[in-house]
Amino acid sequence: MAIKLTINGREFQAEPCDTVLTVAKAAGVYIPTLCHSEAVSDYGACRMCLVEVERRGRKRLVTACLYPVEEGLKVTTDSEKALRVRRTVIELLLARCPGSAAVKEMAAALGVTESRFSIADENSKSDACVLCGLCTRVCAEVVGASAISLVNRGTEREVALPFYNEAGDCIACGSCAYICPTGAISLVDSGNKRIISWPQGTVDFAMKACLNCGTNYAPVRQVEFMARKSGLSPSEFDYCPDCRKL
Amino acid sequence: MVAEKSGKRLNSASELELLCEEIKRSVSARTRTVTICCGTGCLAYGGTKVAQAFRDEIKSRGLESEVEVKTTGCHGFCERGPLVVIRPENILYQRVKPADIPQVIDETLISGRVIDRLLYTIPGTKEKVTYEHDVPFYKKQMRLVFGANGYIDPTVIEDYIGCGGYAALSKTLFEMKPDEVVDEVKKSGLRGRGGGGFATGAKWQSTREAHGDPKYVICNCDEGDPGAFMDRSLMEGNPHAIIEGMVIAAYAIGAHLGYIYIRNEYPVAVKHAEKAIAQAEAMGLLGENILGSGFSFSVKINRGGGAFVCGESTALMASVEGRVGEPRAKYIHTSEKGLWDQPTVLNNVETLANVPLIINRGAQWYSSIGTANSKGTKIFSLVGKVNNTGLIEVPMGITLEEIVYGIGGGIPKNKKFKAIQTGGPSGGCLPASKLDMPVDFDELTRAGSMMGSGAMIVMDEDNCMVDIARYFLSFLEGESCGKCVPCREGLKRMRQILDRIISGQGQPDDIELLENLSETLTWGALCGLGGGAANPIMSTLRYFREEYEAHIIEKRCPAGVCKPLISYNIINEKCPNCTLCIKACPVGAITGQGKKLPVILDQVKCTKCGACYDVCRLGAVEVR
Ligand SMILES: Cc1cc2nc3c(=O)[nH]c(=O)nc-3n(C[C@H](O)[C@H](O)[C@H](O)COP(=O)(O)O)c2cc1C
Ligand code: SF4
Ligand code: SF4
Ligand code: SF4
Ligand code: SF4
Ligand code: FES
Ligand code: FES
Repeated sequence: MAIKLTINGREFQAEPCDTVLTVAKAAGVYIPTLCHSEAVSDYGACRMCLVEVERRGRKRLVTACLYPVEEGLKVTTDSEKALRVRRTVIELLLARCPGSAAVKEMAAALGVTESRFSIADENSKSDACVLCGLCTRVCAEVVGASAISLVNRGTEREVALPFYNEAGDCIACGSCAYICPTGAISLVDSGNKRIISWPQGTVDFAMKACLNCGTNYAPVRQVEFMARKSGLSPSEFDYCPDCRKL
Repeated sequence: MVAEKSGKRLNSASELELLCEEIKRSVSARTRTVTICCGTGCLAYGGTKVAQAFRDEIKSRGLESEVEVKTTGCHGFCERGPLVVIRPENILYQRVKPADIPQVIDETLISGRVIDRLLYTIPGTKEKVTYEHDVPFYKKQMRLVFGANGYIDPTVIEDYIGCGGYAALSKTLFEMKPDEVVDEVKKSGLRGRGGGGFATGAKWQSTREAHGDPKYVICNCDEGDPGAFMDRSLMEGNPHAIIEGMVIAAYAIGAHLGYIYIRNEYPVAVKHAEKAIAQAEAMGLLGENILGSGFSFSVKINRGGGAFVCGESTALMASVEGRVGEPRAKYIHTSEKGLWDQPTVLNNVETLANVPLIINRGAQWYSSIGTANSKGTKIFSLVGKVNNTGLIEVPMGITLEEIVYGIGGGIPKNKKFKAIQTGGPSGGCLPASKLDMPVDFDELTRAGSMMGSGAMIVMDEDNCMVDIARYFLSFLEGESCGKCVPCREGLKRMRQILDRIISGQGQPDDIELLENLSETLTWGALCGLGGGAANPIMSTLRYFREEYEAHIIEKRCPAGVCKPLISYNIINEKCPNCTLCIKACPVGAITGQGKKLPVILDQVKCTKCGACYDVCRLGAVEVR
C-alpha cells in the first residue's frame, strides 16, 4: 500500500517502510547527511539531516534518515528552523574538526565559513573524526568483525580498538577507512605491510604474498578470516587472484 | 492463626480477604505500635540502633504482646531523623537516640506521658508539637501514595496485606476485564511521574492494542536526578505497592513478564524488591496462576548501569537487553516496539504505586484530586534553602508558596526567597513572582520549567542564577552519552560560555549565542537529555536576564557568588577591630591598625575564601 506525502510542497508516493531520506533522495531532493550510508543501519548521530515535518498541525524537527514516512506527512527540508539548527550543528563540528576537509565543505554548502566556537582546547587526536559511527557500524554489520567501537561517554567519546592499541579482531580489510566520510581513518599499503590509522591508534598488518608471483595481495588476517568464513582450505588462498586464474 | 496462614499460597480472592481480616485482628490485639523509620536518611542518623534498643527493651520487660515494634521505610521528614512514631496516637519523636528508649517506654508507653524534649519544635514560634499529623511539614500534605510507608515494614508482606494491599489486584483479576482496567486508568487522568507526564492510560492502551507477543512491563527505578529520592523511598518503603501496580498493568496490556530496573546505587531498594518478589510469588500474588485466576506474570530485577541517561526509555531497554545504554530515536513508540522490539509499557515507580489506589477507590475519586489536566498527588523532594527539607506528597494544584512556606517552613536565616528550581537538571528556575502558581504538569511547562521527576530546590538571595544554570548544565555535560552532535558538542560549548561569563570574560553576544545553542539542543538533540538540557539556561535567561547582563557588562556578580567578580571589603564604620577576621583569614590578608580602628583587608593577598565574612558578627565585612 503506497503512502502519499509531500516534500517541499511536491507530492510523492512511498512504501510504508521508507524513511523520509530515502524518498527525498530518490526524488532528487538534497538533504545533507554525515552519518548515513546505504551499507549500514541508520543511527541518527550527526543530526545534519534534520527536516521539519508537520503532522496533525504540529510541526517539529526530525532526522530524515530515521523518520518513517506516513500518510499525509508534510516535509519541509529547508525550513528556516531546520536550516538554523543544521548550521549551528555544522558550526559545532567545524570547531571540533578543524582538520576535516569534508566538514569544511559541508559547512560551506550551508553557508557557514567560520565557527563562533573556539578551537583552542581541541586535542589534535580527534582532529577529523565527527564520531558518526559509520566505521564501527560497517565493521560490525558488514564485515562482521566488530573490531572497533565507540568508547566512553560525552565529550570523552572516541573510536577505539579494544584497549587502544591491540589490533584484536581487526582483519585489516579497510572497510572502515573506505566508509569514513571525513578521512579520519587512513589506510596505506606499503610493501608487505598495511598500515591503518584510526583516530586512536595505528597498527601495521602483515600482507600475504602470492606463492607464485610474490605480490602482497591481501592482509594475512583477512585471508585467514575468509578461509574461516568460507570453510575453504587455507591453501586455496596461497595464490593471488591473478595467479589462481592461470 | 496469622502465622499459620502466612507465607502460604493464596488460591482465591476470598482467601486473600480472609488473611487481611486476620492480620487486622491480630494487630488490634496489641495496644501500641512503635514505628521506627529505617529509611536511608534515618539509618544514617542511627535508625537501626534505635530500633534494636526498642526491641531489646520491650523484650526485657516482657511487653511483646502489647507493643509491636516495627521498622519502616522513609516517612519523608528525614532531616529530623531518626523518627519514632507511636501509634495509634501518632506521637512523633524526632532525633531519637538509643539512650532515650527506656524513658520512652516508661513514660510514654507505660504511663502515657509525652516526653517534651523529643518532640519537634517549630523553629519560628518554638512551639512543641506532639502528634505527627500536627507537624506543619505533614499538615498540608496529602499522603495517599507515600503515607503507607509510615505504617508498614517493607520486608513483611503481611503488613502490606493488612493495610489492604493486593486487594486492587484481586479486584482487577476477578471483577474487571483488561479493557476496563485501561479505561479506569484513563478516566483517572493519571499521568506518568517519571518526567514527561504522558497519559498512563493512553500508553497502556496503545501497548494493549499493539501487535506482537510477548509484551512487557518495565518499572523505571533508575532515578538519576540529583537531589531526587522519591522512587528510592517508595521502592525501599513499600515495594509491594509497586509490584501490585505492575501486575495490574500486565493484566491490562496482556504481559507475562516484567522487569524492575533499579540503579545500582540503591542496594536497599534492590534487597527489598527482591524480598517482596519472593514473598509475593510464594503467596500466589505473583508468578503462575495468580490467586487462582489463571493469569500469570513474573517480575525480574535488573540492576542499572549507573548512567543518568539509562533512565531514558530506549537507553533503559537497551541496557536491559544487555547492550550499551544509549538512546535511539523514538519515532516508533516503545509501546509498539520496546524491549526486544516487542510492545512494552515503561512506567515510573511512583506512577505504578498510584495504580492500586485508582483501582481500589475508583477513577472518579482519584480525578477529584488535582487540577483539570493533572490528577492526583505528586511526591516532591524539597531541598535547598528551606527550613524543612524532605519528601513531601501534595495534591496537584497546590501553590509553590504553600510548598515553600507552608510545608517547607520558609527560608532559613530570614533570607529572601529568590527562585525555586523544579524538574531536575532539565527543569527550570522560577522566580518569586511565580510563587502563587499552582503546581501541575502544564502550568510548570508554561512557566518554562517542568514537573520532571519532582526534585525541588529552593534558592535564596545568596544563590547566583548564572552559577546555578552552569551547575545543571555541567551535570548534563558529564552525563551526555555523546552519541549526537548537538548534545555532545553543544553542551560543552554552552558550559564554556557560562564558564567565561562567570569568570568575568563574558562577551556582549554571549547571551545570543547561548540562545542559539539552546534552540539547537532543544530541536536537534536525539533524546530528552539533550532536548531538555537548555531549560535551566532558558528559564534563568527568561527570569533573571539582568543577572547575566551584570556578569557580562558590569563584570559583577549580584549575588556575590562568582569569585572572580567579587571582592570582600571592610565597612569601616562597623568595624571596632574585634580581630575575629584576622584570626580567621587563612592567608593573612587582614591586619589590625590598633584599638577601635577598623581592620585593613589587602585585596591582593585575599583569596576570596569568605572566612572573614562568615565570622564577622557585626556585619562589618561585605561582599561586593
Ligand atoms: C535523560 C533521561 C533520564 C530519565 N530518567 C528517568 C528516571 O530516572 N526515572 C524515570 O522514571 N524516568 C526517567 N526518564 C523518563 C523515562 O524515559 C520515561 O519517560 C518514564 O520512565 C516513563 O514512565 P511514566 O510514563 O510513568 O512517567 C528519563 C528520561 C530522560 C530523557
Ligand atoms: S579494517 Fe579492521 S576495523 Fe576496519 S572494518 Fe576492517 S576489520 Fe573492522
Ligand atoms: S573515524 Fe570516520 S567513520 Fe569513524 S566515527 Fe570518525 S568520522 Fe565517522
Ligand atoms: S541527546 Fe545527549 S544523551 Fe541523548 S542521544 Fe544525544 S548525546 Fe546521547
Ligand atoms: S575572604 Fe578569605 S582570604 Fe580574603 S580577607 Fe577574608 S578571610 Fe582573608
Ligand atoms: S544522517 Fe541522519 S542523523 Fe546523520
Ligand atoms: S529516612 Fe526516615 S524520614 Fe526519610
